[in-house]
Amino acid sequence: MTQWMAYSVCGLLLFTIGLYGTIAYGHVFRKVLSFNIMGSGIFLFLVSIAGRAPGHPDPVPHAMVLTGIVVTVSATAFALALLRKMNSETGEESLGPGQEYRSGKEGE
Amino acid sequence: MHGAPPWAALVIALPLAAGVLALLFRGRPARAASVISALLIPGSLALLSGTVLRGGALRYRIGGWGAPLGIDLFADGLSIVMLWMTAFVGTAVTAYSVFYFRGNAEKERFFWPLWMFLWAGLNAIFLSGDVFNLYVSLEVMGLSAVALVCIAGGREALTAGLRYFLVAITGSLTYLLGVAMLYAQYGSLDIYLIGEAAGPGPAAATAAALMTAGLLAKTALFPLHFWLPRAHASALSPVSAVLSALVVKASFYMVLRLWTDAFGNALAPQAGLFLGALGCAAVVWGALMAMRQKRLKMLVAYSTVSQIGYLFLFFPMAAHPDAFTGAVYQALSHAFAKASIFLSVGNMMRSVGNDAIEGLAGAGKSVQTSVFAFGISGASLMGLPPSGGFIAKWQLVKASVETGQWWWAAVIMAGGLLAAAYVFPVLRRSFADGGAAGEALKVPYGMEAAAMALAVLSLVLGIGAAIPLSFFWPARL
Repeated sequence: MTQWMAYSVCGLLLFTIGLYGTIAYGHVFRKVLSFNIMGSGIFLFLVSIAGRAPGHPDPVPHAMVLTGIVVTVSATAFALALLRKMNSETGEESLGPGQEYRSGKEGE
Repeated sequence: MHGAPPWAALVIALPLAAGVLALLFRGRPARAASVISALLIPGSLALLSGTVLRGGALRYRIGGWGAPLGIDLFADGLSIVMLWMTAFVGTAVTAYSVFYFRGNAEKERFFWPLWMFLWAGLNAIFLSGDVFNLYVSLEVMGLSAVALVCIAGGREALTAGLRYFLVAITGSLTYLLGVAMLYAQYGSLDIYLIGEAAGPGPAAATAAALMTAGLLAKTALFPLHFWLPRAHASALSPVSAVLSALVVKASFYMVLRLWTDAFGNALAPQAGLFLGALGCAAVVWGALMAMRQKRLKMLVAYSTVSQIGYLFLFFPMAAHPDAFTGAVYQALSHAFAKASIFLSVGNMMRSVGNDAIEGLAGAGKSVQTSVFAFGISGASLMGLPPSGGFIAKWQLVKASVETGQWWWAAVIMAGGLLAAAYVFPVLRRSFADGGAAGEALKVPYGMEAAAMALAVLSLVLGIGAAIPLSFFWPARL
């Protein structure tokens, strides 16, 4: 097995572990960590396929990874802000089975 | 092809610029920037449509860089139809929101920038010709959509928003892994180049499965719909309208685009059958759940779960041209009808003070235009002639009979009856006397007019079916 193949298989493994985490854990912070692991797995996969041909590495996967990192960082920040807001509003940190949907007036 | 004026770039840049302005300047300037952008988008879209109608599908290189490192925009008949769908719904929702947020500066402050970013994301999706730009646009749209749900505030909206976010990000990362695999296999991100290279085999099948699964979670196709009803119901009404009408259609559009243009030669017919079967389950399950709801917005949100199902009946009948027309028509007519319904429901709720179906009595008098709009759009959901919903379902039924798969037709017919069973009780309660009839309030006429305009559009779509239809055929082939 060549080096790039070993790295790309690791990437796929990380993705699977992360996917399992987003589904299996209730705590939202663990879910946030899990989707970051999914993202890292994909980035590792992309970087490893960029280096598979001899000579210069392929720039396109690198551009994708950079863009992907920007998206994931902002998504993580947004998720954490949302988690804090939910926690201060409801006192909970996991989503759990929801209560009966309640609504009244809106736009107040 | 080359040297065409940059109308395509303008269609994305207008809402993006308005979003940035709305973020920097609050209050009146934010509103003004959004309204101006909502008025200019149809204009630049008309110019773009003219170019596509005359010259066929077009490709525009932003800044002259070109793929693979630059960004290419791509527009064909299908893109144009989806962009117009977004423009009509978007303009009506913008007009509605001007009145809706009066006296609520705190929420309005967040609404305008997020709504403009969402619109930019939608337009970018419909104008992307490569799978990675689609991913970035999907995230722009998805993050704005989640934030829009959360501005409603309170326990329901925040919890529903966070659940929506987690499903959305897991879905888009799954999609992204599929993109990475496509690049590893074919060395290209361009949908059409992939389409030429991809043949049957495990590589294309794995990538297609990952990308489709991620997108199905974002489209909320049964059984991945669990996040949708609460997210769409707990959002503010203009936001619910945009989410149900447009946001779920954008990820459906991506599935449609990928399956027809990128994986056309690579997928086994069983895969299409599988999506069709999930679609049928969605039609029936969504409608049954809608009937059981006590809250009006939950009923309408479950109706979206049901209506999304019809879109996926395209895949088992993909060989038949009417199936394509039917599915796109369903996307259009549901967009107008459901946006109109959510706006009407917002008016009814404001009028009677809550969204319990039992408590609607009196709405038929105080906001009669909205209740009428709800009725017209409801007819489109049921598929009654002469609505757009009728044309969509008729095309799908025709395709199913002509391809010898009559069972899809049976589900489409049953779905219409089930829709009637959840639409009529709402109308009956609204026209009932007593209850809060005395206290029901009027709402600003602009809010009623926006709901009615979309209802009329859903009807015009049935009567004037030739216009949108003329768009896809020449440009698609």
